[in-house]
Amino acid sequence: MTDPSGTALALDAITKTFDGFRALDAAHVSVRRGEVHALLGENGAGKSSLMNVAAGLYAPDSGRILLDGTEVTIDGPLDARTHGIGMVHQHYKLVKPFNAIENILLSDPGERYGAAIDALTARVREVADELGFELDVTKPVGTLSIAEQQRVEILKVLVGGAWILILDEPTAVLTDAEGARLLETVRALAKGGHSVVLVTHKLNEAIDYCDRITVMRGGRTVDTVEAKGISQSDLTTMIVGADVHEQRAPSQSIGAPVLQVAGLRAARGDGHIAVRDANFEVRSGEIYGIAGVGGNGQTELSDALSGLTRSLAGIVTLGGTTDITDASAEERRENGLAAIPADRHSKALSGTLSVADNFAVGGVLRGRFGSWLRVRRRELEQAAGEAVEAFDVQGVRSLKQRAALLSGGNAQKLVIAREFSGSPRLIVAHSPARGLDLRASAAVHERLRSARDAGAGVLLISEDLDEILLLCDRIGVMTRGQIVAEFDAPFDRQSVGEAMIGHG
Amino acid sequence: MTDFLINWIANIPGFAVPFALAALGLIITEKSGVLNLGAEGFMLMGAMAGAGAVIVMGGYPLLALVIAAAAAATLALVFATLTIGLRVNQVISGLLMVFLAQGLTSLIATQQGWTNKAFTGLGKLPLGPLKDIPVVGPILFNQDLIVYLTVPIFFIAAYVLTRTHVGLRLRAVGENPEAADAAGVNITLYRLAAVIIGAALVGLAGGYLTVVVAKIWVDGMAGGRGWIAIALVIFARWHPWRALAGALLFGCVEALIPRVAAAGIGVPQYFMLMLPYAVTLGVMVWTSLARSGASSEPSALGQPYVREERH
Repeated sequence: MTDPSGTALALDAITKTFDGFRALDAAHVSVRRGEVHALLGENGAGKSSLMNVAAGLYAPDSGRILLDGTEVTIDGPLDARTHGIGMVHQHYKLVKPFNAIENILLSDPGERYGAAIDALTARVREVADELGFELDVTKPVGTLSIAEQQRVEILKVLVGGAWILILDEPTAVLTDAEGARLLETVRALAKGGHSVVLVTHKLNEAIDYCDRITVMRGGRTVDTVEAKGISQSDLTTMIVGADVHEQRAPSQSIGAPVLQVAGLRAARGDGHIAVRDANFEVRSGEIYGIAGVGGNGQTELSDALSGLTRSLAGIVTLGGTTDITDASAEERRENGLAAIPADRHSKALSGTLSVADNFAVGGVLRGRFGSWLRVRRRELEQAAGEAVEAFDVQGVRSLKQRAALLSGGNAQKLVIAREFSGSPRLIVAHSPARGLDLRASAAVHERLRSARDAGAGVLLISEDLDEILLLCDRIGVMTRGQIVAEFDAPFDRQSVGEAMIGHG
Repeated sequence: MTDFLINWIANIPGFAVPFALAALGLIITEKSGVLNLGAEGFMLMGAMAGAGAVIVMGGYPLLALVIAAAAAATLALVFATLTIGLRVNQVISGLLMVFLAQGLTSLIATQQGWTNKAFTGLGKLPLGPLKDIPVVGPILFNQDLIVYLTVPIFFIAAYVLTRTHVGLRLRAVGENPEAADAAGVNITLYRLAAVIIGAALVGLAGGYLTVVVAKIWVDGMAGGRGWIAIALVIFARWHPWRALAGALLFGCVEALIPRVAAAGIGVPQYFMLMLPYAVTLGVMVWTSLARSGASSEPSALGQPYVREERH
């Protein structure tokens, strides 16, 4: 650990209420100079809210903010900048058609435009080299990968002169290797005297890369502990108040194939063939996992199977007899296919519609809530209410509330509640637990298992090998759009991992 | 035949200027993320105000053009209040501006007795001996002041949009207002300025129609040019220079109409009058078919910006 030469940032007794909902309740955290400080907690524990206070996005109802021991008020993100606090949000605030330099210049204007561009380019290159960032600063950021966009955000904050860096779940969108690289960079920054707050719910990140850990629950600070020597189960207990530990539960009975995919080809939006000649089948009563490094065709496979994009070649058969290769998403649904897309906010939910409406879209189309002429609202709301209850969707203050207000875990539970309401034969789930906390992801996994035990076939596409190993009964490894290897339980983690990278 | 050609080409700039200025104004507004479908209305406002100003002042056509721009900008304050202040749907607000301006210009002009009253507007400004150069002279050097000014106006606009902090911020506001807000850009101010400046240019285009071209005010005399300018912006994919090229194309078509009639060629009059709109249709189809890859439309176009405290 670097020399803790004092407290850089202290948030003391911060309270913040949103329409009667107390998001922060006398929460506190203090971050030392030169340390990496983890802020752990479940979704909705108040981690991001507390950091948004530090970054000037939320004005606290009460409480004090101290910088180097002096009380300050932070009036907006710009003011936070001048105080040396910079935050990288989960949703990047980048202008997609602009390149990295233009994006940074936007918040950091120099004198004359041309001179400012030159000076900034040099400065950004310098900082990027220091951090070992590979980045083409002349390409529009919209064409960069998520990891590269994140580097732009970090550079923006650092070039802006921030000494206190807040990263909100930075590894949630990265692959394992990218995440590890980022965390190494974070350590290097701390060594150079920066203070870094890492908002996360990944226990191993907190233990392996951080100096101290503050745990939050229900808007309050539980405790701050040294990362050295703490065990995962101790942290878990602090986070959820009780031990949540998921066990493998293999399938008891596997039946006939419900999904057969033969020679499937599918392209990305830009025409690049991302799935080439994929062959596999999913049987009823099993969870079939597609493992692989991100970007090997998983998204395109999921889109092609759920009917969001047309496949170019191959045959997809549902339930042994029904050819759904060219079926629309709606026809697939009628035949018992349910889809849980990875991007739940853009592909699964409409943020501006109410919770009840989001739940009911499928049912309304099937005529479950009245004819096309008239929607039986009361029935619809009753069904939605029951599903919200049964699937433990938290944070629903009213069924009429907009779905966008739900946290990630609860939004996903709502999607699952809807998708499972028709007792599907086949479930295509793409990274269903991405970005969810322990308890929420355990709940999601439990739902998938119980659907399987009820006789459905489940196709789980995930880049998280732990999730695949925990849940699946069979695994196919996808590389460059093909299933290159299949494994039956019990799995050998080593050989699955080698298959994932060995065929690159 | 040569005379016909030179005559035709020499008339193109005058017909192209209203399209060019209006399209440029719309590009500036739309780059900030505000969709202005009220172009026809702002153009009518400028045209009527320009004509009125010349009649009342008994001359001073250049000042009248400034007044035309100012009148449209004033009307744009209403549009800005609706779209930026109250976040009313931008499509509805734009259409509203068209109907409001149609009624308002007709009312004011009739009340004041400006309708169908011919006046002396802005004349040609031949550039000394240059205009006597054969062929090139009448085409390039025997135009009015606004034609000469249009080129530098485009230079300035293109420069500001792409090579200055102001332009960078304006484009950021239209592409991702959240990011711009986080970077400390005043969204309301930039959008307001873009709407006002854009409407002023559309108003200037309208003023040009009365003060320079027709030298008379008739009800509804913008004749759909505002709508064509909207189509031009899409055709130009929000690029000033491409918009200028598109405006010249429409200038060609419009300049052809009176030439054909004067030459006594037996084409039905209404067919000729239909031409600009038929060309618009063709151009839009072409744009849509030729669209390559990513759209260059500002991502936040038409969307009001609400700063959300909690997501």
